Amino acid sequence: MNLAASAGNALVWIVWVVAAFSCLASGVAVISFGNPFYSALALIGNLASLAVMYLLLNAEFVAAAQVLVYAGAVVVMFLFVIAYVGPRRETPWSGGPSWQTIGAVAAAGALLVEIVVAVGMQASGSLSHETRVGATFGTPAWVGRVFLVDHLLAFEITSVVLLVAAVGGVILGSHTRRAL
Amino acid sequence: MLGPDTAWYLAVAAVLFGIGALGVLIRRNTLVVLLSLELMLNAGNLALIALSRHFHNGAGQIFALSVMAVAASEVCVGLGLVVALNRRRLSLDVDSLSELRG
Repeated sequence: MNLAASAGNALVWIVWVVAAFSCLASGVAVISFGNPFYSALALIGNLASLAVMYLLLNAEFVAAAQVLVYAGAVVVMFLFVIAYVGPRRETPWSGGPSWQTIGAVAAAGALLVEIVVAVGMQASGSLSHETRVGATFGTPAWVGRVFLVDHLLAFEITSVVLLVAAVGGVILGSHTRRAL
Repeated sequence: MLGPDTAWYLAVAAVLFGIGALGVLIRRNTLVVLLSLELMLNAGNLALIALSRHFHNGAGQIFALSVMAVAASEVCVGLGLVVALNRRRLSLDVDSLSELRG
């Protein structure tokens, strides 16, 4: 490996380490802030660092969609609803180490261990060597061709799911219902 | 290939999924539970995209985009529920919303 390639490799590693660290740190911040407003702001940092990792993985279109859809639409909707509901303090850890908290930590740890063991046992050998990706892999033109030619049914079903969710959201939030 | 192996990305995705699962299990506020659910969905997306490049297969990126659409739908319905709960002056604590318990 010549000098330019190794310098590029080191640069990608540095960007990856920063992105991974900020991703995990903001993930911890999302679940540990007492105020949901700060949790939603921490989620923006999480989504941005994930978008950086998508760029490192040759997924330019998904990275752009991540920033537009998540940071642009989903988190803004969260912030609106948090502002609408108003400040409601809660104890972040539901009042000390009860049996519920201990059980939750144990369950999450067991899930993490299970994922790591399953991935490590299934793919311990095959994750080291990988195929080289072409220059067009992950570009918007390539994603559009794959989406609308090979996966057209998934595209249409996704649009129907979004429509149903929009109708459901309007019905849930409408003022005309006076039931209950 | 430049940068870290696919295994490093999968490790980050697994830890992020664990953090999200912990948030869903220990937090009581409905809004924070929804935010933690987003963390779990994003961890799944990261694993999908890493394996998509690893196997040079476009289906992973397409699936990640579909997951984003499903996440947006879930947030739409979930926040609609939160607004409906707030209008009826009900608590947003997930432990107190137990009327559907059998």
